[in-house]
Amino acid sequence: MTSVSLRPSGFDELGLRRALSDRLLPFLVAAMAFLAALALAGWVGAASLAREWQAGSGSSLTVQVPRPGDPAQRDSGPKDAPPKDAPPRDASEGDSDKASGSAAGGTRIERTLSLLAGTPGIDTARRLSDAQLTDLLRPWLGAGAGRLDLPLPAVVAVRLSDPATDLDALARRLSAEVPGVLVESHGTWVGRLTALARSLQACAGLALLLVVGVAAAVVAVATRSGLSARRAAIEIVHGLGATDGYIAGRFAARATLLATIGGAAGALLALPVLVALAGLAAPFAGGSVPAEQGVIAFLAALPTPIWASLVALPAGAAAIGFVTAQGTVRRWLRRMP
Amino acid sequence: MVRFEGVGLRYRAIGRAGRSPEVLHDISFTLPDGVFRWLLGPSGAGKTSLLRLMYLAVAPSRGHLTVLGTDVSAAPRRALPRLRRRIGVVFQDFRLLPHLSAFDNVALPLRISGRPEGQVRADVTEMLRWVGLAKRIEAYPSQLSGGEQQRVAIARAVIARPSLLVADEPTGNLDDAQAERLMQLLHEMSRLGTTVVVATHNDRLVARHPAPALLLEHGRLTGHH
Ligand SMILES: Nc1ncnc2c1ncn2[C@@H]1O[C@H](COP(=O)(O)OP(=O)(O)O)[C@@H](O)[C@H]1O
Ligand SMILES: [Mg+2]
Repeated sequence: MTSVSLRPSGFDELGLRRALSDRLLPFLVAAMAFLAALALAGWVGAASLAREWQAGSGSSLTVQVPRPGDPAQRDSGPKDAPPKDAPPRDASEGDSDKASGSAAGGTRIERTLSLLAGTPGIDTARRLSDAQLTDLLRPWLGAGAGRLDLPLPAVVAVRLSDPATDLDALARRLSAEVPGVLVESHGTWVGRLTALARSLQACAGLALLLVVGVAAAVVAVATRSGLSARRAAIEIVHGLGATDGYIAGRFAARATLLATIGGAAGALLALPVLVALAGLAAPFAGGSVPAEQGVIAFLAALPTPIWASLVALPAGAAAIGFVTAQGTVRRWLRRMP
Repeated sequence: MVRFEGVGLRYRAIGRAGRSPEVLHDISFTLPDGVFRWLLGPSGAGKTSLLRLMYLAVAPSRGHLTVLGTDVSAAPRRALPRLRRRIGVVFQDFRLLPHLSAFDNVALPLRISGRPEGQVRADVTEMLRWVGLAKRIEAYPSQLSGGEQQRVAIARAVIARPSLLVADEPTGNLDDAQAERLMQLLHEMSRLGTTVVVATHNDRLVARHPAPALLLEHGRLTGHH
């Protein structure tokens, strides 16, 4: 192999400027890069959604208490409902089995809170304030939710310390004491959403793989057509003692250049689309919608992994161009003596 | 040193079942370094095929072939490029690269060998002047006459000072004066140690430059004198 070749940089002995022309290949690669950018964005987005949803909320549930201010039932249902091991700190007044201390004729919400507090495996049980509730409901009821005089249920956010806590038993016990109470585990929903996000992520990954495969095929086809167009020239250069590496290097240099141009163009084209998508996705991903308008703010809205992928696209296209051209040419050259 | 030992050549049949006929049979001879040899024989005798074996464009179907001391049949494929760089070839049909100027065509062997560009420039300019093409340096092959193209092909074959020079009908498009000049160059190269083999059926040229010859007929070596 030639070690240091000082061949002039523009020396195109195989005539590849025409045989691997800049007409078609960069455009095809640009289209691939654009698709790859979308797939990458989908992958990154789905991954961050899944992470966001899973984080912290994995072991929480909400308890809704309709008519929270009404007095709790005097006589609760089954006598054996309250937990025997729970310290009856704030036991209901009607619970004759237990030592009813204060039992100050609690409301339904108070009863619920005290029951929750007395249940092992529960870390915290916190009633959402009216303001928080209004915030939660704003998407459905609009900004005036607070002014509507709706009979809103109280909502208690519960954080479990032991994720294995038997939620069905808890729900049964709560409804026995406070009829109408609704226990909703986030776990199920988080699980479903996470599964959805993971499937989306897998689809995006698959799309990305396909795009890489198609891009490699496009480069291979272009290289093969270049090989047959320059067969005579290759035979001459080969006959003059050029190694396979020399000839493959010429093709690879050209294919790499064209693929890089295509990759960069595709990434540039994808940029505005990704910024728009990031803006749409920000609220779901726990980020914030950029407050001030303007290009900088919009660009800053792109998550770092997306930025990294955009930069990586031309590099990836270059790598695909180089490796594919090298492989294609070297395999083709093996038929020569 | 070039040595043929019982060499046979059969071109690979393209798209046809069965084996194609052998075009060279049982060729055996040895050329020491620095000799000059004519390769003579009627058209179709196998002269071009024999030369193709020598410049490693085809591999023998049987027998042993040694070129410049390397056993070609046994050498790994990746050893051949380095060997080819020590062989200069003047093709019957020139085989210039149409998209390169005369200069770049002649410079090609040097650049493939990775010679410094300064040396390439000096050597190629000098060589093109010697073959009388100093004014056509930037011309493309399509802008050159047959004789001019042949001289570019000759310049490309000798530019890297090969140890073996193989020429297939190199005077076909040259006038007598140019042919004489070429013969002087070839004799000079062989005097400096290059093994030179020239296939021709230009009898007048052979008569003017008597030298030992390999005689081919119907793919067999019928004389070596
Ligand atoms: N590439 C090839 N494929 C098949 N047969 C060939 C090929 N080249 C030459 N031949 C055959 O080999 C024989 C010798 O041809 P060649 O070596 O060109 O003879 P010469 O140069 O003496 O005219 C001829 O019969 C020719 O048809
Ligand atoms: Mg011939």
